[in-house]
Formats: sequence, structure tokens, C-alpha cells
Amino acid sequence: MDISIENIRKEFERFPALHDVSLDIRSGELIALLGPSGSGKTTLLRLIAGLEFLTSGRILFGNEDASHKSVQERNVGFVFQHYALFKHMTVADNVGFGLRVRPRSQRPSRAEIRRRAEELLELVQLPGLGKRFPAQLSGGQRQRVALARALAIEPRVLLLDEPFGALDAKVRRELRRWLRELHERTGHTTVFVTHDQEEAMELADRVVVMSNGKIEQVGSADDIYDAPASPFVFSFIGASNALRVHVEAGRVYLDDRPLELPRTNLPDGPARLYLRPHDLEVSRDEAGSIPGVISAVRRTSGARLIELEIGGRRDRLEIELPAEQSHRLNGRLAVRPRKWQLYRDDECRLAS
Amino acid sequence: MAHAAGVIFRQPSVIPGFGLALGFTLIYLSAIVLIPLLALVVKSAGLGWSDFWRLATDARTLAALRLSFGAALVAAMINAVFGLLLAWVLVRYRFPGRRLIDAFIDLPFALPTAVAGIALTALYAPNGWVGQFLAPLGLKVAYTPLGVIVALTFVSLPFIVRTVEPVLAEIDRELEEASATLGATRLQTVSKVVLPSLLPALMTGFALALARAVGEYGSVIFIAGNIPYVSEIAPLLIVIRLEEFNYGAATAVAAVMLAISFSMLLLINLIQAWSRRRFGHGA
Repeated sequence: MDISIENIRKEFERFPALHDVSLDIRSGELIALLGPSGSGKTTLLRLIAGLEFLTSGRILFGNEDASHKSVQERNVGFVFQHYALFKHMTVADNVGFGLRVRPRSQRPSRAEIRRRAEELLELVQLPGLGKRFPAQLSGGQRQRVALARALAIEPRVLLLDEPFGALDAKVRRELRRWLRELHERTGHTTVFVTHDQEEAMELADRVVVMSNGKIEQVGSADDIYDAPASPFVFSFIGASNALRVHVEAGRVYLDDRPLELPRTNLPDGPARLYLRPHDLEVSRDEAGSIPGVISAVRRTSGARLIELEIGGRRDRLEIELPAEQSHRLNGRLAVRPRKWQLYRDDECRLAS
Repeated sequence: MAHAAGVIFRQPSVIPGFGLALGFTLIYLSAIVLIPLLALVVKSAGLGWSDFWRLATDARTLAALRLSFGAALVAAMINAVFGLLLAWVLVRYRFPGRRLIDAFIDLPFALPTAVAGIALTALYAPNGWVGQFLAPLGLKVAYTPLGVIVALTFVSLPFIVRTVEPVLAEIDRELEEASATLGATRLQTVSKVVLPSLLPALMTGFALALARAVGEYGSVIFIAGNIPYVSEIAPLLIVIRLEEFNYGAATAVAAVMLAISFSMLLLINLIQAWSRRRFGHGA
């Protein structure tokens, strides 16, 4: 089911949580809403589900305007961070709940509901656990029951609110891979919310990066990492450094020294140079590169991290070099960027 | 999880003071609860079995016991419904005067029950504020078993509201939202999701209300009219026997009350333990 979100706005008691957000979700797509807390990602998900009402704008399910439909009418599968299982019901009764509450004319027989619940439990790899109660399951198992329950109603779209947020790191990684496989098998249009960039990039076909109630960028993992549309996206995804520089007539200056970078079409004035630690290489020549004083050297599992103090100012630059390269621990060092992004200073201030 | 292999008296623990705490608990419970009750049992045992049986199955005693337990049961059931409704309104809605109403709930706790009894009698007497409208309908409240139920409903109300309120406030909104996304109507959500989660608290409140109503004396004796065989409650019968210096008869009634009350509370506790085992901790 295609879902179109058109210019929606949501206010909570006059406080805007989403401003003018538009997004097209294609049928069968697995899409991640990624952002820090307070960015409006959960609000957007709840608006699609119908758990909140729009202040303005439209949400279309296919060609049908769902903006004013109730949650029940929208037929969406929703999975909550803390599972929200009915603990007084067995696992099988939880899964079959959506079918049992249907109006009599559309309700499958008891035997049919039982069969469907068993089928779904098999799909989420929990066969034979139908008679247990949620309290007798682990966190990862509970979340899979919650997913089976949401799938039981044959939802038009599957919505997951930080589905792995309450689980430990190992279970998270397992479930992530498993959810990807499940999605490929069942082909449900799926939207999930996360604040974990790794999860978003690994799992989703497209990632929607949000901040302050707005969409910053929509794109594949490659797009948002390699071509971030804004300083916010650059610094939110992956490790990043920002250097204060100055642009004059298309040339970039660091403390009045020109950097050896191609000409930019940014207007004259203060700007910021965004760099990833692993996109910097050591340069023999200080002219045209970024010189600094080494302040710390650290070894991580696969790399060596060097911290540089730039030009006696408070700007620090982190460089990631291959671990094999041994390195002296002090003195001056000049680096040259292989890849970078340049943003106007006022854009950066908005983002931070 | 239940212990599979017998009862373990003491689990090794890093928290000190188990012996002291258990000892104190037992001494305190004995002094305050067990010894007085034991005295009651001993005293009634002094009667001899046939005397005891004769006094306990006396028609007037049976009528009083039936009224006491029956009226208490009805009152607790009425409050289970309306107390739940009150708790729901107080927890779920925000409206002016909510805190005031919330404070009113505790009044039956604080008011001397005799005052409540007199007030209720004045209201429900055939010429009272409420009674004058009920009288033409042929409904007599004061000086009938109905009056007993009214008084017991009054005194036992706070027990249900106060036990259900915190549990209702704790119920995760997400449960109701999950139910709605699965297509359940509001009515289905309340009856299949919310009420079952409230049931253990409701049962605790019911047990407390019932226990309180069975033992109630002060408010009832004013409104009941205390007609033997009709509107005479068991606690009053005990007082009457005491005033006749018929201690044997008084303890016989008391012992029967004790036995019935204890079995009822035990039964309710067993049901709760069963539901806890089934639905996991704290459900």
C-alpha cells in the first residue's frame, strides 16, 4: 500500500511537533524514521497509525484519504517499544486478539483463529509457545509476539516504534537481521522509528532523517552518508569534525591560509568545513593542508585515532588512520581531506 | 516460579536481620491479632459442642448472620461496580473540582460511623429528604434490611476506590492503543483489556470492603431498626447477648462470624495467588 503524507502539521497545545512534513512511502518499502529524541519521528508514526489527529495536512493510504479515519478503520499493524502485550492472555490469545474482536460477520471461526495464531507464531520463530503467558517470555520473544499480533490483522502498513529499543545489543542485532528477512518474505510496507543510525542504515531501503519536527533528508544509506543534505545530517550520521573556515571569492581559508580545495560556489563569508575522521590523510606539506598539533593518540580495534588541535584555537580534529601505521605521539602534523562538505555558517547554526 | 522441592525456610540473603524481623512480626501479630482471637475460640470451646451448636444454629442467630453477610456481600458488589466507575472518572478525566471529589471519597473513613448512621437514618426515614419520595413508591429503606445495605455501602466505598485507583493510573496507555490498532472498539478494549488488568485490584478492594462491612456496627444500628429476625445484624446480636450477661451465646455468634470471615478472605487470597501465578508478577 502506497502512503502519501502531504504537508502535515501537528501541534500539541500550540507547541508545534511537526511542521509541514511531506513524504511518499512506496508499497513494499522498508523505511526508517531516524532522528534524535524530540525530532518528531514518533509523532509522525503515530499520525500515520491514527493514534494522534492531524492539525493540518493529509495522509493518503493508496488513493483514499485516511486523515479523518479512526485507528480501527485504518487497519495498521503497530508494534510498541515496550511490546504492550496483554499479560492476562496467553501468547496465542494475544496473537488472535485482532481477529477475535472483529464484527461477527467478518470473524473467522475459533479453530481458524487458533490455526492462524499458530501459523504466525511459526513465522516469528516461536512455534509451540502459544500456551505460555507473556511474563514467561524473554524481551526478544515478547517483541516477536507483538509483531505476530500486528501481522494477524493483515495490516495495510506495519508501523514499528523503536521496536528494539528495550533489548540488549546482541538480541537487537539478531532481531534486526531477522526483521529484514521477514520483510523480504512477507513484503509488507513497513515504517519503523529509531534513534540508532546503524539500525536505520542497515535495515531500511530508505532512511528519513528528522530534526526539530522537519525532514532533513530522505535517501538510501549511501545518500545520507556520502551526500548529506545538511550539516545536521552530516554530524548526526557517523563520526564527524567541523572546522570554522572562511570563504572568499570561491576559495576556502583556514586562519587566513588558503586550503588546497577546488573552488566553491558558496557566497563569501564564514563557513564550516565538515570532515569524516577516515576521509583525512597525512600530508607532507603544510601549504594548502590543515596543520595542527597532536594532542592525543588512541588505538581502537581497527584503527588509530589521532586528535589534532588546530591553529591554537579550540577546534579539534579527529583523524582515523590504519592501525598498522605506527605514529609518533606528539609534534606537528598536517592533514589533507579526501572528501568533505562545506556549509554556510548560518546553516550550521540552525542545525546545532 | 514455585519451589519444586519442598519449603525452604530461609534463603541465604545479604540483607541482615531476618531472625529479628520475623521474630518481631510474629510477636506483634500474636499480641495484636492472634491472642484475642484465640481467647475467643477458647471461650466458645468452653461451651461444649452441643451447646455451641444449639446457640450457633438458633433461628435468631442464623437470621442475624444471614443479614450481616448477605448485606455485606450486596454492599461490596454495589461498590465494586460504582466504586470502579468513580475511580475511573477520578483517574481518567480532568475536570474542575476533581480533587475535592477525591477528598470526599475518604469521608466514610474519617467520619464516626454513628454520625453516618444517624445522617443516613434522617435522610431515608419515611419523612426524611430522600425517604419522603421513596415512601409513595412503596419503598421503605430505613428500619429494613435495605437500610442495612445502604449503610454498609456507605462505609465500604473508599476501600474499592482507593485500591483500584492507583492500579488504574498505572495501566499503560499503550495497551489500550495496541487494542485499538488491532481493531477493537472502545467497549471491547475496556472489557477485554482494561478490566482484566484491574481484576486483582478490584478483588482486593472487594475483600477489604466485604470485611469492613461484615464488622460494621455503628452506622447500621441506627438505620436498621434492629427488629429481631428481620433487620438485626450479627454484631448487634453479640452486644445484646453481652448485655444479658450471656457470654456463651455472644462468643458462639462471634466464633461463627470469625470462621465465615476467615474462610471468605482465605478464598479471595487463594484466587488472587492463583491469578498471580498465572499472569506473572504483579498482574
